Amino acid sequence: MDLQITWFFLWALLWAIFFMTDGYDFGIGTLLPFMGRTETEKKVMINSMGPLWDGNEVWLITAGGVTFAAFPILYATMFSSFYAVMLLILFGLIFRGAAFEFRHHVEDEGWRGFWDLCIFVGSVAPAVLFGVAFANIFQGIPLDQNGVYHGNLFSLLSGYGLLGGIFFLVLFMEHGAIWLALKAPGDLEKRADLLANGLWWLSLAVALLFLIATKLKTQLYANYYANPVLFLLILLNLGLFIQTKIFLIRKSYFTAWLSSALTILCCMFFGFIGLFPKVLPSSINPAYSLTAFNSSSSPLTLKIMLTVVLIFIPIILAYQVWTYYLFKDKVTEADLEMEEAY
Amino acid sequence: MDAVLLSRLQFAAATMFHFLFVPLTLGLSFMVAYMETKYVRTGDETYLSMTKFWGKMFLINFVLGVVTGITLEFQFGTNWSRYSAYVGDIFGSLLAIEATTSFFLESTLIGVWIFGWNKISKKAHATVMWLIAAAGSMSAVWIIIANGWMQHPVGFDIRNGRAELVDFWAVVTNTFALLQLVHVLAGAFVLSGFFVMGISAYHLLKKQNVTFFTRSFKTGLVIGLIASVVVAVEGDFHASEVGKVQPAKLAAMETLWETTNRAPLYLFTWPSQKDERNLIEIGAVPGMLSLLARKNIDAEVRGLKDFPRDERPPVLLTAYSFKGMVILGMYFILITVIGFFLKDRLTESPLFLKLMIVSIPLPYIANQLGWVVAEVGRQPWIVYGLMKTSDAVSPITASQVGISLTAFILVYGVLGAIGFYLITKIAVNGPEPVGSPETA
Repeated sequence: MDLQITWFFLWALLWAIFFMTDGYDFGIGTLLPFMGRTETEKKVMINSMGPLWDGNEVWLITAGGVTFAAFPILYATMFSSFYAVMLLILFGLIFRGAAFEFRHHVEDEGWRGFWDLCIFVGSVAPAVLFGVAFANIFQGIPLDQNGVYHGNLFSLLSGYGLLGGIFFLVLFMEHGAIWLALKAPGDLEKRADLLANGLWWLSLAVALLFLIATKLKTQLYANYYANPVLFLLILLNLGLFIQTKIFLIRKSYFTAWLSSALTILCCMFFGFIGLFPKVLPSSINPAYSLTAFNSSSSPLTLKIMLTVVLIFIPIILAYQVWTYYLFKDKVTEADLEMEEAY
Repeated sequence: MDAVLLSRLQFAAATMFHFLFVPLTLGLSFMVAYMETKYVRTGDETYLSMTKFWGKMFLINFVLGVVTGITLEFQFGTNWSRYSAYVGDIFGSLLAIEATTSFFLESTLIGVWIFGWNKISKKAHATVMWLIAAAGSMSAVWIIIANGWMQHPVGFDIRNGRAELVDFWAVVTNTFALLQLVHVLAGAFVLSGFFVMGISAYHLLKKQNVTFFTRSFKTGLVIGLIASVVVAVEGDFHASEVGKVQPAKLAAMETLWETTNRAPLYLFTWPSQKDERNLIEIGAVPGMLSLLARKNIDAEVRGLKDFPRDERPPVLLTAYSFKGMVILGMYFILITVIGFFLKDRLTESPLFLKLMIVSIPLPYIANQLGWVVAEVGRQPWIVYGLMKTSDAVSPITASQVGISLTAFILVYGVLGAIGFYLITKIAVNGPEPVGSPETA
């Protein structure tokens, strides 16, 4: 019982870390066609995430793997129900990853244009579709008593689902713009700063809209009404939002970026805490919902996985923090001239 | 076509495409690490140039391995949800352990290696590549343990309507998986050795950068020769183990229909699944199969007729994939031994060099054939003796899978073509002149 609860929160945490980290990559990819006016600016944008995107993406693999290991029934139901959404996300990620490595190998405008398009689509599509997927998880999907999904791609693209997609995209764009302000030199930094400030208002507006829509369309608030102290989380979330803005105004980009990362973490936990102990609610009958208790692995597997995760996640965090530290400086011309640079 | 067959085709396409890149990543990473260490130790710029040249191809290959690997992890959920729910307790944990212990390290450090030339010391930079190589092989360990469990499930009990883990140690020390691991890693090293030798041979034939490519060739030769011998010797043990735990697969590999003592090995057969016999059998070597499989010329080997018709793998495909792999394996030993004697006069051996160029694709074919034997030969089981493939598929419509399969083929076709073009371009262009700005 306690193991399953622990795993619920670890599961939530791993997905949240994925959005915190790869989220800014998606954001920069989305901004690429609009912000990158010259080839140099495009290169700066791509190289600003160059050393880190791959390590960020592994949080997805780990979140997926942990879903499989700790909640195999959830893993089976969730990914087969979200069949088309998941494959579209994966194709997007394939093109994005290939584009990063392939783009710089041929000096040709058409070639680079093609890969720029891949980076853009491969960033927008996963950002929106992950938002759609999680909004649907928060809302519940038509699952019968055997865990068979009675719907299709278009039933996932409901108003609330799409709002979730927009919410994710806007949050990530803001997160990306702040990262860009941190990493880009000169004029690009100024424009990224301006954009981040603008996107801040937009993401606040969409966040409030999402909070209201969640009230109307989901049962997420039930846990909050049962334990009103949980409303503090929403306050904390708002606080982090404001903190991001304050640091942005002070042009303290790294702390702004950190606040924005924590905002994303907090937004995800707003949903997960409302969901608890469910992991995938059924909209047909609440009794058919998957919960941390009826979809988990055996106690032995949960224990072994807990040991693995408690040892390795801190180690991973340590070496990832080291790589972030290593690449903390602005992207310079010398960086772009390196043979291996993207 | 139904969702089962389409999902099988999709998984086959996705894994086989993924495994075009994995073996080179596994082997070339160690070779690049070795070259970079030689550079750090000796200060010889040729080694730096080698590191960069082979490293560039390594990176293109690596990224294709990464992006095609992600889809695999999620396809168990999208297409094989009943399998995932039934065995996730064991299988899922192995995939999650792979990601946390190995793939994370590899993917995080690859960024450091690419972008860190001026950020960390030379020694640290070389160490990073060693760690990338080690993490790659660690990934292989966990993935093969997971696949080995599908081949020979151990350490579990059927409880609560699914396979639940009872003995983790038994799962990770599964003899079958460990033998398979040696086979896969050695096969990967053969491929990498031939890749480096083949490209080096191209330039040696043109007498370009002779020092550079002679050194590269010899590095590939050492790896290729040792790995070719290891893969064959281990293959022999491996086949015996298959005979023990998956007798139907061994019978299919050798097209043996009747259970026999002193079972013969045929030089050529043409099996017919429908008629339950070989339509053509030529060149029987009496007792040879018993000797190879059981290490005893008189021992009994089980034939396919011992198994119900619906529990036999597709014989023709299994048998011919196996034979193809074995013949290629022998060729790899032969040609690397010849290479060993010619290694100091490579530029005077144009015929041998030409042979090495055309040999580049052969280990790729052998690797793929090996997986066909492993996976097709396991049919109709997804987990041998425990769950049938037909019971494992998700409750999804065939049309959905049809669309995604088409998309996979198109996307992977395009990516494969571009990857091939880029690697060929870099390989043919040869190394950049030594002394580029960042090394000065």
